Amino acid sequence: MAQDISSIDVSWIEVGKVADIPPAGARVVKSSQGDIAVFRTADDAVFAVRDRCPHAGGPLSQGIVHDARVTCPLHNWVIDLASGAATGPDEGCAGTYPVRVEDGVILLGLKLPAAAA
Amino acid sequence: MNMMTRGKERLVLVGNGMAGIRTIEELLQRDPDRYEITVFGAEPHVNYNRIMLSPVLAGEKTFDQIILNDRSWYQDNNVTLLTSEKVETIDRQARTVTSAGGQTVGYDRLLLATGSDPFIIPVPGRGLPGVVTFRDMFDVEVMLRKAADGGRHAVVIGGGLLGLEAANGLAVNGMTVTVIHLMGTVMERQLDEAAGFLLQRELESRGIEVITKANTKAILGGDHVTGVLLEDGREILADLVVMAVGIRPNTALAKAAGLAVERGVVVDDHMVTSDPAILAVGECVQHRGATYGLVAPLWEMARSCADHLAGVAGAGYAGSVTSTKLKVTGIDLFSAGDFSGGKDHEDIVFRDAARGVYKRIVLKDDRIAGAVLYGDTRDGTWYFQMLREAADVSGFRDTLIFGQGFGHGLGGAVPANPKAAVAALSDTAEICGCNGVCKGAITKAIAEKGLTTLDDVRAHTKASASCGSCTGLVEQLLELSLGDGYQAAAAAKPMCKCTHHPHDDVRRLIVAGQLKSIPEVMQALEWRTPNGCHSCRPALNYYLLAAWPGEYQDDYQSRFVNERVHANIQKDGTYSVVPRMWGGLTSSKELRAIADVVDKFEIPTVKVTGGQRIDLFGVRKEDLPAVWKDLNAAGMVSGHAYAKGLRTVKTCVGSEWCRFGTQDSTGMGVKLERMTWGTWTPHKVKLAVSGCPRNCAEATIKDFGVVAVDSGWELYVAGNGGMKVRECDFLAKVETEEQVLEYCGAFLQLYREEARYLDRTAPWVERVGLDYVKKRIVEDDEGRRALNARFQFSQVFSQTDPWEERASGGVDAHEFAPLAKVG
Repeated sequence: MAQDISSIDVSWIEVGKVADIPPAGARVVKSSQGDIAVFRTADDAVFAVRDRCPHAGGPLSQGIVHDARVTCPLHNWVIDLASGAATGPDEGCAGTYPVRVEDGVILLGLKLPAAAA
Repeated sequence: MNMMTRGKERLVLVGNGMAGIRTIEELLQRDPDRYEITVFGAEPHVNYNRIMLSPVLAGEKTFDQIILNDRSWYQDNNVTLLTSEKVETIDRQARTVTSAGGQTVGYDRLLLATGSDPFIIPVPGRGLPGVVTFRDMFDVEVMLRKAADGGRHAVVIGGGLLGLEAANGLAVNGMTVTVIHLMGTVMERQLDEAAGFLLQRELESRGIEVITKANTKAILGGDHVTGVLLEDGREILADLVVMAVGIRPNTALAKAAGLAVERGVVVDDHMVTSDPAILAVGECVQHRGATYGLVAPLWEMARSCADHLAGVAGAGYAGSVTSTKLKVTGIDLFSAGDFSGGKDHEDIVFRDAARGVYKRIVLKDDRIAGAVLYGDTRDGTWYFQMLREAADVSGFRDTLIFGQGFGHGLGGAVPANPKAAVAALSDTAEICGCNGVCKGAITKAIAEKGLTTLDDVRAHTKASASCGSCTGLVEQLLELSLGDGYQAAAAAKPMCKCTHHPHDDVRRLIVAGQLKSIPEVMQALEWRTPNGCHSCRPALNYYLLAAWPGEYQDDYQSRFVNERVHANIQKDGTYSVVPRMWGGLTSSKELRAIADVVDKFEIPTVKVTGGQRIDLFGVRKEDLPAVWKDLNAAGMVSGHAYAKGLRTVKTCVGSEWCRFGTQDSTGMGVKLERMTWGTWTPHKVKLAVSGCPRNCAEATIKDFGVVAVDSGWELYVAGNGGMKVRECDFLAKVETEEQVLEYCGAFLQLYREEARYLDRTAPWVERVGLDYVKKRIVEDDEGRRALNARFQFSQVFSQTDPWEERASGGVDAHEFAPLAKVG
């Protein structure tokens, strides 16, 4: 299931503004590859992580965001937003997506089927 | 007992305070078996840390936390303690003392440690009820009661150390405070004008009014104080007047016994009075013409006195140089020595207005004569050490004012962190000013005795055991000595790894420090992480909400998802929805609306819950607002099935239908639910009402359960089903529905104010004890009404249906819609 997404050969797609996400919060981008959680930390860093906890598939976008981490709402696994990896004694990785911010606009780097890109 | 102790000399201590008991401790260290010891205390308490009364008044500490010697200490050391026994006479001929209660005890050696009395200015009205001093726990209790009983205006007479600490404590307790001070600047004995002005401005910014150059003419009032009249004719409203103009040695007993007494009981360097069998220590004595009102000299006297009592040759007491720190949270102030200046004195002054820092060092003959530090007191210990040692500072006087961190004694290297600065201190550097403990003594004790905790160090060396302001330094010494082996051990478990504070401390400090947002709490309480974690943030959000109803802005990002989206998350990321059914009642209209919602949104599972409601499972998050809108239209609101708050009120049908029913349990349940819905609590709360002792609503395993009987209602608390079933405790029996509601509101408010986050009522009551809860709810009518009133007040702000707010698109619209759809 783990996706390995490199930033080469991706399309940069606008998904909204940083201001659309509450600080220390997240929102979901629906995609053909499944839900993507886009996080904004308390100090306005933006991360994109697959919205499935490596543990039991919980929606990470619904968790409490602290520092550059999120706690899964189902069983309190703590996922590092930069790497998508579980922290502490837990092991697993949710997978991340390339993301960048230009003039307050969030761009996701996605490998989309030719027809959709 | 008599057999065992025959032959021992009898030592009687008059005064169960800090100086006397410290002398006993020092004596026991030198010779534990020499004396049979009896202690008379006028107060009902064991020996407590009197200098920490200010933090108790300000709500930062509890009385238990400032106890120095508990009852078991007296027992373990075979010290007989007689509390509430004021000694009235000494018979020097017969060598006996006699207390007001008629107890007569003989002595071979008598130790007087009667302390000091507050000075009462001789103005009319000084004896009125509502006029207090600030000297012991009793005074603090009176002040706290006054503040709690709605006393609004307090006047503190005296702008010295004690007066200002009292003023701050009363202001924290919600009173409007005016300080009346005779001199031109506050704390003029410890501060120069500039620092006094900075301090006054800081106090004024906290809402404390300071009137200087003001002379009190009279205290006004009939059967209770109502105000204070100044010489210039001004009148100031007051429900409480605190006299804090100074203290004077309590010498009455010594004088009556014919001992040499001047301003204090006259003693020599070994603390012996004019009668060789009688010694005296502490604030009651006069030594080489000086009297003392600070703690450090008392400890030095205690050592000399113990030497003498144990027959150990010692140098004797040679008088003290004192330093002062103000114990008001958020104000850093240090003063030592003589700073009055003069012809042959030189001043070095440093000011940083933006940071509110003022430092002044007074030099005489290249030596520090005095120091005043305001806003940044880190170097106080260092300056004070040089002052005491009369160290020559001419070699580095250019940089002296910048403090020790500037590289003094380190060959110019600037320490990168405070630990390096502590490491660089010499072994003779004084760490604990109150107890005169130097660095070498602490590191030696750590190494030789194998000490590993702060409490160990306090027990063995007394360092940081008095005012506590050097606790950080002592911890750093532990860290330096033990390296990674040292783990800062708090008495109670910290909330989480983001902080060293346990839950109860955080709750108290939020109120005491008037902290009103999560970032403010984290800043003031020195959180270790930039914005907490999933464990502390929801707890802080709750504590703030409970402390400041109507004022605190709920932080949704610090709530668990269920409370943020007002539904229960399920394992597949969908949600369940539970509308409220008041007392378990529903109607055809509601059932039809539910049926329609189930069809319209293709809700896969509908289940009846254990709390007498209907749960709709498998609702997609984006559908939640629309589902709520349809339910709202039929008159239904959120059931808060997801909340750390009031869940359900389960009922049986009661007297309306049941042939056994004694009261209208359903109606009672509806009233309870109407009163309590929407409240936020430390954990979920479930209520139930049964109409007769058959108890079909299972009311005796609920947080608050009500069982109807013929003559009224029985109230039960602190039960739960779940993993560890706990049957309720019986709280009280009441007669009317109004009483049921009042007791319920009061109980929930006590739980809301005092339990730790994620404690249900059962573990909370088990911890504090049912007797405590009864004392607050059942025995204290006024207290119960006040608790209920606070509950009702907080409900004003919490009874808004969260579904309606969101269904209409007003609140948190971003929460329910995806950011984007791509691909």
